[in-house]
Formats: sequence, structure tokens, C-alpha cells
Amino acid sequence: MVLNEIEKLLEKYDNGETSLQEEQQLKNYFSKETVPAHLESYQTMFQYFSVTKEEQYTKDVPLKTKTYLYQWISVAAVVAIMFGVYTQFSGPSTIEEQLTDEQLLAYNQTVEGLQYLGIALNKGNEKMKTLNLVASNLNEGTEKMAHIGEFTKTTNKILKTSN
Amino acid sequence: MTQTEFLDIVTPFKDKVFRLAKRLLVSREEAEDATQEILIKLWNNKEDFGKYKNIEAFSMTMTKNFCLDKLKSKQAQNLKIVHSNYQDKSVTLQKQVELNDSVDWVGRIIEELPEQQKLVLQLRDIEQYEFEEIEKVLNMKPTAIRVALSRARKTIREKLTKTHSYGVK
Repeated sequence: MVLNEIEKLLEKYDNGETSLQEEQQLKNYFSKETVPAHLESYQTMFQYFSVTKEEQYTKDVPLKTKTYLYQWISVAAVVAIMFGVYTQFSGPSTIEEQLTDEQLLAYNQTVEGLQYLGIALNKGNEKMKTLNLVASNLNEGTEKMAHIGEFTKTTNKILKTSN
Repeated sequence: MTQTEFLDIVTPFKDKVFRLAKRLLVSREEAEDATQEILIKLWNNKEDFGKYKNIEAFSMTMTKNFCLDKLKSKQAQNLKIVHSNYQDKSVTLQKQVELNDSVDWVGRIIEELPEQQKLVLQLRDIEQYEFEEIEKVLNMKPTAIRVALSRARKTIREKLTKTHSYGVK
């Protein structure tokens, strides 16, 4: 680029009137090794600008996810409690499920035996009912006998007085 | 929004945030801490990303405000230890050592500029933002931006030519 043009651009630059494109032109011009002595201060400036632009943020980006962690811990706690309650109160639902085959057989036999016993007891009960009936008939009989007794007493009295 | 989505949004400009913070706070460690703070703030507000038209400009504005606040509180602290002028000599000594490296010298000159000029120069000459973007980030009028930029550029060059000619002699 002609020196004349560069100097014009530099004047604009000093007044803060250059566009980004024009500034890029200047940067390119001053990235050359040799420039006229009276423009060396510009060269230093532009070199500084390009060097500084390379500087980077090297630390990690620290992002907190702690709040989410706490939420998940509470969810896990609730699940654990629910599971505990579940296992506590709802084990295998009937007795049969808890037993092995052998135990089940013994259990069934016992149940059967007890049922027979129950039936026999019921039969006994029925017989007892008939006995009860007999007993009540007998009671009636005795009551009537009592009436007869009373009757004989009075007849005896009559017979005595007539005697 | 997942972490990776967030990083995809943030990665293109996180270096710009860092460089702007470093321009204002000077020390690398402080700039890193500031960048971290900004990223955490963005992460916590990630639900509102939809509301902002330009997240990069929004982040740069946030960085500017954050760093200026930090500088204010730092100045308040520094008033207490203003008498410790032992350091002065070592600083100038260090400066003289590095004077040979004139590129570094530009950074030291920029350090002495007013904050407004630092910001404009950083966004324009280093990050190459358009003037409209700088208006948004800094909430400044276009003419004010051009004036600040022009002053900053001229000051740097004046000081640079001075130190150069002194260095040669």
C-alpha cells in the first residue's frame, strides 16, 4: 500500500474515525517488519494489540450442580423409606407361600384332620340336641307329675276330712 | 439448559471477558477471579438468557460494572496504606528493566489512562467491536466513544514517542 494512503488512514485512525476494515488494513501494514521511522510508534501499538488479543482465560469454568444433587438425595431417601415400609408390611401375602412343599403337605393334612374333628364334633352336637329334647320332655313329665302330686294331696285332704 | 449448552454460549466470549477484566484490574489473578464470578453469575441467571438480545454484550457490560465496583472498593482499602512508599522505587526499577520491550510499554501506558478510555480502547482496538456494539456495552453516545478513543490513541502514541526518544538518547 502506498505510504500516502497509510498516512491518511492514520490521521483518520487518530481521530477515531476509521472503520474496522480500515483498521484491519493498518494492522496488516504494520505487521511487516520494516516501516518508516516516523511510523514506528504505530507499529508498536498495533503489535501490542495483536499480542494482547491472544491472551486466554485458562481456568476452568466453575458450574455448581450441588442444588440438583440435594434434590436427588431427597428423592432417593423417600424411595428408600417407601421400600422399607413396603417390605415391612406386605411380606408374602398367605401362609402357603411361606412354606416349603413338605411343610405344606403337613399343614394340609393337619387342616384336613381338624376339619374331620370339626365334623365329628358337629354330629355330637346334633345328638346332644336330641338329648336336650328328651330332657325337656322329661321335665314336662315331671311338671305334670307335680300336678298329679298336688291333686293327690288335695284328694287325700278331702278323704281325711270325710273319714 | 445443560452445562454443555451453557459452555457453547459462553466459550466464544469468555476470553474477551477475561481480557477486559485484566485491562481494568491489571493483575492476572484478580482478572481470573472476576471472570469466574461473571461466569457463575451468568450460570445462575441462565434461565433469563432468552430475554437478552445479545448475551455477549450483556456479559461485557456486567464485567465492566463488576470490575469498576471492585476498583472502587480497592481504592477505599488502599487509602489506609497510602504511606507505604517503599514500593515506588522497585516499581520504577522494574519499569526501566522492561522499557526495552516497547510492546510491553504500551500496556503500561494504557494502565495510566482514565477508565473510560481504557474500556473503549480495549473493546475497539483489541476486541475489534463495532461502534454500535460498544454503545450497547458501555451505554455511551457514539461521539463520546470516538472522542475517548481518539484521546486514548493519541496519548499512547505521544508517550510512546517520548519514551522512545529518551531511550535512544
